Amino acid sequence: MSLTQPVSVPAAVTTKLSVEHVSMVFERDGKSTHVLNDISLDVGDGEFVCLLGPSGCGKTTLLNAMAGFLSPTSGEIKVSGEVVRKPDPRRIFVFQERGVFPWLTVEGNIGFGLSKLPRLEREKRVAYYVKMVGLEGFEKTYPQELSGGMKQRLEVARALAVNPDMLLLDEPFGALDSITRLIMRGELLRIWEAERKTIVFVTHDIDEAVQLADRVVVMSARPATIQQIVNIDITHPRDISSPRYLELRDGIFQQIGLAHKV
Amino acid sequence: MQDESAARTTVRVRLRPIAFIAALLVLWSIGIRREPSHLLPGPWGVVGGIADLVRHGLLLKYVVASLFRVTWGFVLAVVLAIPLGLAVGWYRRAEMALNPILQILRPISPLAWIPIAILWFGVGDLAAIFLIFVGCFFPLMLTAINAVQSIPAVYVNAGRNFGLSSAALVYRVLYPAVVPNLIVGLRITLGIAWLVVVAAEMIAVSSGLGFLIIDARNAGNRYDLVLAGMLIIGVIGLLLDMGMRSLEKVKSFRWGYSED
Repeated sequence: MSLTQPVSVPAAVTTKLSVEHVSMVFERDGKSTHVLNDISLDVGDGEFVCLLGPSGCGKTTLLNAMAGFLSPTSGEIKVSGEVVRKPDPRRIFVFQERGVFPWLTVEGNIGFGLSKLPRLEREKRVAYYVKMVGLEGFEKTYPQELSGGMKQRLEVARALAVNPDMLLLDEPFGALDSITRLIMRGELLRIWEAERKTIVFVTHDIDEAVQLADRVVVMSARPATIQQIVNIDITHPRDISSPRYLELRDGIFQQIGLAHKV
Repeated sequence: MQDESAARTTVRVRLRPIAFIAALLVLWSIGIRREPSHLLPGPWGVVGGIADLVRHGLLLKYVVASLFRVTWGFVLAVVLAIPLGLAVGWYRRAEMALNPILQILRPISPLAWIPIAILWFGVGDLAAIFLIFVGCFFPLMLTAINAVQSIPAVYVNAGRNFGLSSAALVYRVLYPAVVPNLIVGLRITLGIAWLVVVAAEMIAVSSGLGFLIIDARNAGNRYDLVLAGMLIIGVIGLLLDMGMRSLEKVKSFRWGYSED
């Protein structure tokens, strides 16, 4: 597999997001850290892509650049042909740490991005997404009284409520216990299948990537380059003990250079 | 089930300080009775002192005078220090420029400003209010600076992500994010204001609880009134603190205190 050449999506799908030769260098205390090295990647409309790599490899940095929180040192990121220069409600970032606002109730959080809508419309939308993420009965509850999984669902609901084209998720389930994490993956896939947003999902968990994504982008350690892009050609719902699943997963394990024996 | 035993525990916990205070009062009475020549009054003497103050209409008058000065000094400090502190905290360069001078002014006791207060404002309410203002301004400003700087970046980023304008970012994200820290600062500072007013009234004015204490001593060693004044100061200070504490219980503020 080539390392830097952009991998194009099938012709039938329009490109939603394109990362073109993006490099990122941070200057701090006179030292410069090379975080991303000439990354090129196309993501199709409605596609679910996982960025997979070791901790600290720069995948979150890349996601931040896609969101417009950071600008690349060189290269460009385009969404629907427009160069990304600042954050935009059409692509919502779901944070690794709890990003819900603790001073707002569940309703207040989901309605946060809807302040421009007339009240009735806003209430309808809030109610719809409360239901979608299964938080009925908790509308007036503050985040501190919710469990970790509920908070994460709340954040996803807040993101979906503004009807973005794209969701950028940064290890959103990393802090959850393994059972909740499995449930949340199922929920996310259900929502994705219903709404068909373009999703870029950062994770360091190989199983998570293979369970969720259409394509898994395997990144190297810093400075990050794209090592390989793996097509996950299994239909949902995926049987995680099927030979094909295991084959793909083991392939990635090997690619990263891990023997999967404990 | 759990409520019941919890309630019983609460009652016991509440009774404990009352029992302790009662024991101290008894010890106090015994001590005074064994040494009657002493200028200090016993508990009943203090009660008598308070009754005296009420009879002369001084209690309410002095309490109101002290609270009036505290309110003005404190409110002025809040109105100026908090917006200024929030702005300074947000702009790192402003903070770097101002920080050294703040660090020098902050440890100066407000009482050290007394001569300057009298020089500028003469003897009267304004001098006392100025002293309270000075005592509150620096801690409040530092609280506001720290509150802004400790806002987690995710909240600001999330706000920007949802397309908020700068003004909306300030009142929908920055303001709610700093409120819990500010409330803590306000509570501490109101305590300072209440400390400073007593000292200021001993020197700069002829009314209020601080004046009561110094006047009672100077005009005939009325230590029953001195202790009555101290007791009233303590009780009002406690009430002020309880008032501020009740703000901490507001649900949309409370997250800041309970979260890891």
